[in-house]
Amino acid sequence: MASWLTRSKPYFNAALRRRMPADLSGNILPQTCRTTPLYPPPTSSAAAAGRRPSPPPHLIAATLFLARRCESTRAGVGLDFKEADSDHQGLDFPGGRVTFMSKMSFIGENLEKRIPCFRVLDDNGESVGGSDYEQMDKEMSVKMYSEMVTLQIMDTVFYEAQRQGRISFYLTTSGEEAVNIASAAALSVEDAVFAQYREPGVLLWRGFTLQEFANQCFGNKADYGKGRQMPIHYGSKKHNYFTISSPIATQLPQAVGAAYSLKMDNKDACVVAYMGDGSTSEGDFHASLNFAAVMEVPIVFICRNNGWAISTPITEQHRSDGVVVKGQAYGIRSIRVDGNDALAVYNVVRMAREMAIHEQRPILIEALTYRVGHHSTSDDSTKYRPLDEVEHWKKTRDPLTIFRNWVARNGWWSDEHESEMRINIKKEIIQAIQAAERMEKPPLSELFSDVYDVPPPSLCEQEQQLRDTVKRHPDDYPNDIPQ
Amino acid sequence: MEKRRKHSCKESERERRRQYPQFCSFLYRLLICVSYQFQHRKRLEREAKMLEIVRKKFTSVAFYVPSIQRIRPTFRNYSSAAKQMTVREALNSAIDEEMSADPKVFLIGEEVGEYQGAYKVSKGLLEKYGPERVVDTPITEAGFTGIGCGAAYYGLKPIVEFMTFNFAMQAIDHIINSAAKMNYMSAGQIPVPIVFRGPNGAAAGVAAQHSQCYAAWYGSCPGLKVLSPYSSEDNRGLLKAAIRDPDPVVFLENELLYGQSFPVSEEVLDSNFFLPIGKAKIERDGTDVTVTAYSRMVGHALEAAEILAKEGISAEIINLRSIRPLDRATINASVRKTNRLVTVEEGLPQHGVGAEICASVIEESFEYLDAPVERIAGADVPMPYAPNLERMAVPQIEDIVRAAKRACYRAGPSSSG
Repeated sequence: MASWLTRSKPYFNAALRRRMPADLSGNILPQTCRTTPLYPPPTSSAAAAGRRPSPPPHLIAATLFLARRCESTRAGVGLDFKEADSDHQGLDFPGGRVTFMSKMSFIGENLEKRIPCFRVLDDNGESVGGSDYEQMDKEMSVKMYSEMVTLQIMDTVFYEAQRQGRISFYLTTSGEEAVNIASAAALSVEDAVFAQYREPGVLLWRGFTLQEFANQCFGNKADYGKGRQMPIHYGSKKHNYFTISSPIATQLPQAVGAAYSLKMDNKDACVVAYMGDGSTSEGDFHASLNFAAVMEVPIVFICRNNGWAISTPITEQHRSDGVVVKGQAYGIRSIRVDGNDALAVYNVVRMAREMAIHEQRPILIEALTYRVGHHSTSDDSTKYRPLDEVEHWKKTRDPLTIFRNWVARNGWWSDEHESEMRINIKKEIIQAIQAAERMEKPPLSELFSDVYDVPPPSLCEQEQQLRDTVKRHPDDYPNDIPQ
Repeated sequence: MEKRRKHSCKESERERRRQYPQFCSFLYRLLICVSYQFQHRKRLEREAKMLEIVRKKFTSVAFYVPSIQRIRPTFRNYSSAAKQMTVREALNSAIDEEMSADPKVFLIGEEVGEYQGAYKVSKGLLEKYGPERVVDTPITEAGFTGIGCGAAYYGLKPIVEFMTFNFAMQAIDHIINSAAKMNYMSAGQIPVPIVFRGPNGAAAGVAAQHSQCYAAWYGSCPGLKVLSPYSSEDNRGLLKAAIRDPDPVVFLENELLYGQSFPVSEEVLDSNFFLPIGKAKIERDGTDVTVTAYSRMVGHALEAAEILAKEGISAEIINLRSIRPLDRATINASVRKTNRLVTVEEGLPQHGVGAEICASVIEESFEYLDAPVERIAGADVPMPYAPNLERMAVPQIEDIVRAAKRACYRAGPSSSG
């Protein structure tokens, strides 16, 4: 076998230039790097941005592994395999065949250049020449922009309400409105959403009303969560949005399990799991990505890399080139996108969703963005980051400004629209808050329900004891406890 | 398109083919050539089916002990004599029947498939149900437990197997926060019909990190049901009930009991047999002292009862079966009858199951107690390895006998137990 390979060396080299190098490694990576593009073919700008120089041969073998992955976004560009396959002999090991090399080259800890980032609009909202994206119509664009504005105003008003002591806690999505809304717009309501906690925009897009948001934050009778959870822990079965639970990254293996369930049901839908950059340090993140790849489930992981995990900056979070490169370690197709560019996010998520469903595979999307606000109302970010950094992002890289400029340039938006809409939304939110505040709290009967499917005798006893106690000592309890 | 294949690399293809005797695979290839020559697709399918039967016969003889299906008909031939069934067989048959009854039930864990189960509890299941329903996982308890929870959120009914519950500590965030509390946190929108099962407590000579009993840990968590069976009947009936239950259930087995045989009646063998969760069983009636125990300690307690009977003490042995919900009614009724209580558990003493039982009896049947409650538990140390030390760290039959005597004021003046 080895001699056949050496004899056919020139053929091999020529063949490699034309074909995908999947053959070299045999069955290790059977489904990667097809010649027929299933994903956006490269445009000149993307290729130009992504072309990297040949790695110094004595130091880094631009390994088959890494190079082939990048190859998948640059179909048609040849690869330089001079170093790696000079010996042309393979070894069988569990996991497949590998060629060996006589040079002891370590794979570098980072690539020469960072993985490039897909974007459609520049900072002024003008479309960057040559980007491949699908043109969005007026209706969708205006809807997306309106929802982004709604989200922004909702965040502002609720944050204020917390500061006024009307709700106990709140968490904003400032700076990440595009990731929220644009990704939601690219999904169907059949896709199950497992969010971290900074993705209420997805729920907003799917039709959760401002009143429903307010009800959850106030924990009143109309709250779908029956007043059980802290504010911003939304959940809605009818919107296919799984109830938020705070522990970081625990939603990731759950999402993979749900995707496995979807796969067994053979549905034309996928699961979308959102996370932040901090989540990528949790064990659950690694187990989920690994499993998703091994079990070949239809799931799209969207990581909002906003640079901060409370006070931990991204430089202290990991030493890899962000999150996108981690996908390759698990055998997952990944892409990096400008999270402040609504059009780019929309296109990427749509493509990822199609790939996930049709090929039954996981996809990892790293959306680079910036967390303009504090981590939550319990945080004061001025303590650990400079104000001018925040101001810079707010002023020059605001996702709403970028998208609005694009929508306005198309003639679909105006300043009058803007101010009118903002006034209306603010009024609506304030009314929702007032209504939620006035509404009754959940009744006592909901304290003990849903612990189990059927309340066991011990809980029924406890409820009865509590009711008796309240009746016997009315002065010790507020007199408006609904039953 | 290799959509459905779980293993797409050559290695597992070789693994599968290893199970075919040589001439079978030759025959298979020959048949394909022949069929293609005649361009007769239907015939090919038929041949392949026939070959499947041939392969099954050969592989079952060469590699597998006959599965449980072949045992059951033999049982049914005898209608009067009690059948013997090991705990392992009880669990295997329970999982098998529930998986065949409900296509949403699936088993996930380390070594559950190809290896036939770390303790052979899932023997034959991969062959019967395929890799989509018997899922071998990489080594990540947190990972596959979270995945099980997610699958349960979406409507499947996973059985998550831990090699021991010691390893489940790596996944305990998912057991408690993702499973136990989710129905409550989501206000009933996300029920979690999941079962976590595996061996719990001490085995033999596996030392500190492999011997802890977690009954008390899980028993304090709202939203969970916690079961700890003893006999084959318990194991079979309670596992079936657990799989059918819409709430998350922690099912604490015992490694040393897997090989133990118990007599089972015809009723137990029925595929619809199940035991109610939350009911204890009075294994032996008595009048002088109540002894509560669970899992392996029930066996010890029964033997202690025999010894005590010879000395004129009639002990009532209660097999708790269910740690959460605890069958306080049965325990209290028994204490009101006997007026004395000894709690036995293998786990650590502080905040243990015995402590909860004591509190319950004091709250509800204080006036009926004629003697202080005696608690027998494991030594308050990490489990040692040396056999002599291990023996002293786990309750023995003599400890139960002495405790019962103390409760009956029959202990000699010099001995403090």
